Amino acid sequence: MSTILETLRLTKGHKKLDFTDIISYVYLCLGLIILFGPIVWLVLSSFKTSGEIAKFPPRLLPYRQETVVVEGYDKPLPLYIITSEDGSTQTLAQVRRVGLEAQMIDPANPDEIIKVNIKQRQPVEYVYFGPENYIEGIESFDFGLYLWNSVVVTITATLLTLLVNSMAAFALSKYKFPGRDAIFVIMISTLMVPLSVVLVPVYLVITTVGWNNNLLGIIIPAAATPTGVFLLRQYMLTIPNELIDAARIDGASEWRIYAQVIVPLAKPALAVLTIFSVMWRWNDFLWPLIVLSRSEFFTLQVGLSSFQGELNVQWNLILAMTVLTLLPITLVFGFLQRYVTTGIATTGMK
Amino acid sequence: MSGHARKRTGNVLSEGLGSFYDLIISFTDIPFGVIQRIVGVRGMPYIFVLPNLLIFGIFILFPMLLNFVYAFTGGSAFLPAERPWVGTANFDRLLACENYLEPRTCEEDLFWRSIYNTFSYVVFQVALMVLFSLITALILNRNIKARGFFRSVYFYPVLLSPIVVSLIWKWILQENGLVNGILINLGFDKFPFLVNAQSAQVLVIMISIWAFMGFYMLILLAGLQAIPADLYEAASIDGANPWDSFSKITMPLLMPTMVVVLVLSLIRAVQVFDIVFAFTGGGPGTATLYIVQYIYNYGFSSPNKQFGLAAAASLLMAGVLIVLTIIQLAVRREEN
Repeated sequence: MSTILETLRLTKGHKKLDFTDIISYVYLCLGLIILFGPIVWLVLSSFKTSGEIAKFPPRLLPYRQETVVVEGYDKPLPLYIITSEDGSTQTLAQVRRVGLEAQMIDPANPDEIIKVNIKQRQPVEYVYFGPENYIEGIESFDFGLYLWNSVVVTITATLLTLLVNSMAAFALSKYKFPGRDAIFVIMISTLMVPLSVVLVPVYLVITTVGWNNNLLGIIIPAAATPTGVFLLRQYMLTIPNELIDAARIDGASEWRIYAQVIVPLAKPALAVLTIFSVMWRWNDFLWPLIVLSRSEFFTLQVGLSSFQGELNVQWNLILAMTVLTLLPITLVFGFLQRYVTTGIATTGMK
Repeated sequence: MSGHARKRTGNVLSEGLGSFYDLIISFTDIPFGVIQRIVGVRGMPYIFVLPNLLIFGIFILFPMLLNFVYAFTGGSAFLPAERPWVGTANFDRLLACENYLEPRTCEEDLFWRSIYNTFSYVVFQVALMVLFSLITALILNRNIKARGFFRSVYFYPVLLSPIVVSLIWKWILQENGLVNGILINLGFDKFPFLVNAQSAQVLVIMISIWAFMGFYMLILLAGLQAIPADLYEAASIDGANPWDSFSKITMPLLMPTMVVVLVLSLIRAVQVFDIVFAFTGGGPGTATLYIVQYIYNYGFSSPNKQFGLAAAASLLMAGVLIVLTIIQLAVRREEN
């Protein structure tokens, strides 16, 4: 304890850990529990069996019951510790349970059946993080299909977003042409109207185009994000025009100027947009919910939402699937964290 | 793999990607070269802006304009051509009310119920969100050990999808969940968190703060770090106490960022939908029915779909959002 205080003391410029420091750390640790505790709880719960999950009050860690293979019995038998009335204990395997009575055998002496009141037995358990829920979830929920749909949508939509947004941003930042300012103002002004308020007409357009129950219906419409154009344009404005002039003198076509001068220089902004786009597409729910009604086209989010709406909610499987959907976005965040945080801090966008 | 080898693999990978990119450019340069010969250099910006503009026009701008058509036509037909013109009838119906403070007396009682729900949600959610993200940002801006760790962990929930957020909290708050387990261990009774109207309303606010706080914290933290450190040094030389430097330096200089955070969180709060949709579905009863879900219900999930009412309600909401955004733009301009 004193060493912890020692280390904390080193953090401030001055030597003593004062009152406000202690309050700060208490607040931060409380926040840590509230903000991250639920996620830890989700992960721990995702390893529990359905029996364990129904237990109340819940236990922190996932447990499995120890079993033993006894000659003469097909299945492994669950092990219990039996406390006799005189206080002595012994470990027995349960053959079957009849009402309040359990028929037990000693694994070392399997011929003799011992009858025990079920109140006297206590399961022998060990902490176990096994893949069972994950395997069963993947098999019973079409997880692979939804994952495939989500991956296809996220990757193609992000590539398309990067391409069309950077092309538009290039035109809007590096050329003067009649109509440029009008285009820019109209795009920016739609930033303030959320998709959620134009649901019905968007649905009409999608239906007219024939993209209901088609992944194109969620890939294409979201590609022309005004946010992305705005972000890239602001960045490209800072790229000096001399570079473009020099390339033009060297005889480069406009397309080569875009692809080989502007795009490489706009990499930081493109990285930020990539992360945003992956986050948007991967987590997108409302749009896929409207466009996709047949389950073979569901993305992970729509799929997850429909599992939990089913009557017999199998929590152990749903929790495992939830953890799986978290993995990709967590990995992206883990590797590109600096871009995410600085990107948001500088653009004020999510 | 040693660090050196990994670096080499990385180089090979990026070189490979680079030459692949160059190859694509060389190929695409041919058709774009032809286009440039036809339209000329002056025409090229239109070509560059075209794909984006097409998608934008068809899927964003056109639907927005179409929304007006829906709002001023009636009936249950989906195709605009089959819908009779009704003038402002949809708006009249939404706004018909004997006593605006009592949703039950309104013709569209659910609309007004959702407006009041949204209003109270917005007030409490935004106030608490700004408060907590400010406190957290101020603390993280101190000379704190493991600041990067805390910042990442606090930000992490922002990455979660609304479905996942609602799943996690449903799991924790369900009848036999973690919170009820803790309550029982402390000697209290179980509490039906999602069946009780008041607790559902409070929880929706708390969970949305849980999910979004890291985002605003990050913006405020950037604002705090932009305040020059020598101001504080000068103040402490002049004998200012911590409260003085907070109220005379931090707050005034942080104000523009605060306003951005306030308006952004306001706009988001008015549009609250997916987290609540997945978490409570608007219930129990109509306790957490908010305005976007009202629109969604009429447009997509109710048996007799009333597209006109949904569109009219969405236009009223868009009006509020535009006012909020204009305030934000005005403030940003002032800031610059």
